[in-house]
Amino acid sequence: MLEAVEGSAAIAKAVALCRPQVISAYPITPQTHIVENLASLVADGQLRAEMVSVESEFSAASVVLGAAASGSRAYTASSAQGILLMTEVLYNIAGLRIPLVLTCANRAISAPVSAWNDQQDSMSVRDAGWIQLYCASNQEAVDTTIQAFRIAERTELPVMVCVDGYILTHTLEPIDIPAQGQVDAFLPPYRFSRALDPVRPISIGNLVTPEYYAEARYAHHHALLRAKDEIEAADRDWAKISGRRSGGLLSVEGRDDARIGILTIGSVIGTLADAREEYPDRPAKLLKLRSMRPFPVDAIRQACRGLSDLIVLERALSMGSGGIIGTEVRGALFGEPNPPRVHNFAAGLGGRDMPLEIYPRLLKAAEAPTPTRFEIMDVEMEKLPETER
Amino acid sequence: MEQTLADRTAASASQPARLTEIRIHGRGGQGNIVAAYVLAQAAFEQGRFAQAFPSFGPERRGAPVSSYVRLANRAIQRHCQVLSPDFLIIQSQGLLHVAGLTAGLKPDGGILINSARELPELEAEAADSLEGRNVIVFGADALATEILGKPLPNTALLAAFLALTGLLPLDALEKALARRFKDETLERNLALVRAAASEVPAGLWRVAAHA
Repeated sequence: MLEAVEGSAAIAKAVALCRPQVISAYPITPQTHIVENLASLVADGQLRAEMVSVESEFSAASVVLGAAASGSRAYTASSAQGILLMTEVLYNIAGLRIPLVLTCANRAISAPVSAWNDQQDSMSVRDAGWIQLYCASNQEAVDTTIQAFRIAERTELPVMVCVDGYILTHTLEPIDIPAQGQVDAFLPPYRFSRALDPVRPISIGNLVTPEYYAEARYAHHHALLRAKDEIEAADRDWAKISGRRSGGLLSVEGRDDARIGILTIGSVIGTLADAREEYPDRPAKLLKLRSMRPFPVDAIRQACRGLSDLIVLERALSMGSGGIIGTEVRGALFGEPNPPRVHNFAAGLGGRDMPLEIYPRLLKAAEAPTPTRFEIMDVEMEKLPETER
Repeated sequence: MEQTLADRTAASASQPARLTEIRIHGRGGQGNIVAAYVLAQAAFEQGRFAQAFPSFGPERRGAPVSSYVRLANRAIQRHCQVLSPDFLIIQSQGLLHVAGLTAGLKPDGGILINSARELPELEAEAADSLEGRNVIVFGADALATEILGKPLPNTALLAAFLALTGLLPLDALEKALARRFKDETLERNLALVRAAASEVPAGLWRVAAHA
């Protein structure tokens, strides 16, 4: 049903529709409203789930690991330092190939302390072996949450659903909330093939000698690569029920004859789409990267064919290297005949606004004779001491 | 058949785009976010598109805070800050001392101030010049105290704002309040809507609102 609802409340409703059996989380802004809403649903008897209060994010992640490993559908959510504190367990969840869903309400990382949005938190754990899907709108956050449980359970991999904190989580807007019957038709009850069972005891996560570790990593890496099919299938199949697509691995939208593309991730895509209407003489293709892991190399290559310039705009960086997505996009295009020039920018760091005017500025930047390898936009040098400029 | 977001988007696609942006200033705890959410909800009840969000970051009771509303007749895709609002709703007269309060307000935009005092007095104290601005001063605290029993100005200010601009009918606001409140609280809020709307010149800002 179409409702005007806050993003966090909508995500909580989507989680509840997936009938999780165990939820554990530790509050941290901007994730808090998601978990508060779920706690209310449990307390009001509208959701039958075990809500486990814990003393840290490390414990929250450990609880859902154990719950999912013993056969319960499990959910958690966090942000920023919470994701960092979970990190050891995140690697364990993924390495043990445990299916569960985590919402990352994206927030900048300390120090310096920032309570505002960027995507450094989830990007910092991109190599933990999780599937990572980024949402461009609250509608996508709802639909991706539902898809995430099916993807996780079919691939036996954990899925991190990344939602821009505040920008989406704290915004009230019209959102279609699916009916329980639609979700039930899409998502069968959780059955875990390797569920811990005292009747048939097994050990998981044992010591692995050098003779087997590379094989474990190979298997995990290829499981993630194979997950591309399930991510696309989940989006397709959910569209048959809901009528809505969230964009598979990567979606492209714009005029066929556009020669300039902007590839980005998360909620800024809507701002760019609105901006494009305000600057109709400058039609760029918009490439929305939804799946950061697995990274859709083939889809990126295909989407870039015919482009002269590709601007990669991201909300995090690899300090000491440069862009994260930009670097991977350049890698994906390696060996392609006539690849576009790639211009890479980070913006929106620590809650810095990305207004409509970013669109013409990006297009202008792409006119530079030499492509920008990487730059942080809008840095005001006069705010820095001379030695840091 | 229930209307979906896609239905509403398709139905509005042929209309010329009209976007109204409102910034609500108040102090933490005054119901700024609730006011923004209720106004967006009211637009939604009227079949329109709307977005509401707080100023991002830590929340502190008593500190100056703001919240934002976008009202549109087409789907709103942008998720950026409101930089040049059409209207300001100031829930606390003390905020007039804050420099930059009117930053970005469109030249023909309106300012609705909750105060029991006269405009010239407020103008003399305001950090930002109010000269040449469309300002309406309305004593929402007193009316709210009389009807709700508490000086919670947000419902009264929203009702006055809708009466001034004609952006939405008052019954849309009443429907939005009914989604959030019930029983006696709802009844009192509905009474406050009707009382507040009659305190300001109806339709005065209709042109600025393109309503």
